[in-house]
Amino acid sequence: MFTQELAAYGYLIAAICFIMALRGLSSPTTSRQGNLFGIVGMVIAIGVTVLSPGVLSPWLIMAGLVIGGAIGTFVALRIQMTALPQLVAAFHSLVGLAAVFVAAAAFISPEAFGLGVPGKIKVQSLIEMGLGTAIGAITFTGSVVAFAKLQGLVSGSPLVFKGQHPLNALLGIALVVLLVWFAMRGHTSTFVLLVVLSLALGFLLILPIGGADMPVVVSMLNSYSGWAAAGIGFTLGNTALIVTGALVGSSGAILSYIMCKGMNRSIFNVILGGFGTDSAAAGGPAAKNDKPVKAGSAEDAAFLMKNAQSVIIVPGYGMAVAQAQHALREMADLLKKEGVQVRYAIHPVAGRMPGHMNVLLAEANVPYDEVFELDDINRDFASTDVAFVIGANDVTNPAAKTDPKSAIYGMPILDVEKAQTVLFVKRGMASGYAGVDNELFFRDNTMMLFADAKVMCENIVKALEGSAH
Amino acid sequence: MDDKIAGEASKLATQAQDVASQLKALAQQITDAAAASPVAVPDGHMPFVALLTIFALSCFVGYYVVWRVTPALHSPLMAVTNAVSSVIIVGALLAAGLKGLGAAQLFGFIAVALAAVNIFGGFIVTHRMLSMFKKKPVKK
Repeated sequence: MFTQELAAYGYLIAAICFIMALRGLSSPTTSRQGNLFGIVGMVIAIGVTVLSPGVLSPWLIMAGLVIGGAIGTFVALRIQMTALPQLVAAFHSLVGLAAVFVAAAAFISPEAFGLGVPGKIKVQSLIEMGLGTAIGAITFTGSVVAFAKLQGLVSGSPLVFKGQHPLNALLGIALVVLLVWFAMRGHTSTFVLLVVLSLALGFLLILPIGGADMPVVVSMLNSYSGWAAAGIGFTLGNTALIVTGALVGSSGAILSYIMCKGMNRSIFNVILGGFGTDSAAAGGPAAKNDKPVKAGSAEDAAFLMKNAQSVIIVPGYGMAVAQAQHALREMADLLKKEGVQVRYAIHPVAGRMPGHMNVLLAEANVPYDEVFELDDINRDFASTDVAFVIGANDVTNPAAKTDPKSAIYGMPILDVEKAQTVLFVKRGMASGYAGVDNELFFRDNTMMLFADAKVMCENIVKALEGSAH
Repeated sequence: MDDKIAGEASKLATQAQDVASQLKALAQQITDAAAASPVAVPDGHMPFVALLTIFALSCFVGYYVVWRVTPALHSPLMAVTNAVSSVIIVGALLAAGLKGLGAAQLFGFIAVALAAVNIFGGFIVTHRMLSMFKKKPVKK
């Protein structure tokens, strides 16, 4: 049995462990140690709570831990690395839902949490509880929608309907009013209404946001799940929850900020959604499509790259869809054997979650010191023979620098057009997510490789091997 | 004879039980008294401003720590923060650990299970990701 004071020391140690866990991620060499810190912190937090005087019967706890733990372990071991974004979204939804259930339990049995007796909960606790519930419920449905979009269960394109923003605004105001009402009266019916309204709002907020904006949404929901935890932490007066919630909240917020900056858009622009639905009309795609495009074969690409001194590979979401990372690494290995310098350039918004491309390349055993961020490698394109763009589009579009009318104007891009030759692996001439034509396709130094990303890489590998003998 | 011993034993057991319950009540009184000390407000929680202070300072710690995370590890960062935010299980444990079986216990149980999925899943998937990040093999 632990006294409350002893438990508080335990929570302090747990909180420090969580800070160390994030600290470890500053470099790949210390990162695994960081993860270990996180696990230790979690074990301490759970252990201290289970041993505290408030816990009288361990059976439900054990059952919950065993069932949840088994499911979590099973899913985490089986998941494909390309499916990471939707997995993370699904996990966020669980945190949100758990927050709602904890708040509901605290509302029904406040005496277990030292909040008073049912029906007579302090106003302050009611406010904290209401906030935690609302954020948790929004996180839950929002993450479910994000999951469905990333998994392809619903269309990834933005779903916009008339009067959407006024409706959301109205719901938001209603939510605030309800929160105040709940804090003043503490009725059960108000609590239920609060949950229902928050669930609806989370659903409607994420629905209009397109699939390629999901990196921002997923990080935003990550942030929300942290704030929900902090809200519950205030209710319970638990420091570990407050510290952790603040850490997670700021982490998600910073990631969203980085993503938004990578697209030169404000967070409001992303949240209000509907990006890329109407901008295609402005570009006048029909006129541009008449221009000649130089298409090449795998053999051409193999020849060009084999005789190059340096190649920079620019991966994008298309590589993830085609699962081309392994074939790509094989290609890079053969090129390295020929004495070609191979590097990878990653745009901050490539893929469907922050750092998505890095994980996929790491999965294919690409050493992380060959992988560079935009700022570190952009200057080198000018002195590079071949830029190999695989599954990326908008992040290489020079229109972002030259055409103030373009939807992506001002977005930082990878300067692939400065390379001597640009090889573009693409299935067809369709424009990218932003609905903007890429003028790069029509340049003299660009060669289009029309194929599935994986098939193309494999064919280039064959061509390289064939020429070696 | 045996019956007598058994009777005595049961009497002793009841006495022990009484003592135990008295001790428990005493312990409860002590914790209550500790909770009512001037530092804490009567419900056993820290004063709101103390919690707010912790919260605000933690936001700053989070801000500086997260900016130091290398962009290559932003996916593991999301996975690990997700796992760590499941520390909300602490609240769920208190509800699930109550005596008896009612709505609060049921909600607590569900929340424990949900958070446990996250804790195990989050840490394992982070570990899987991190173990893939390797350095370039040293050239001979």
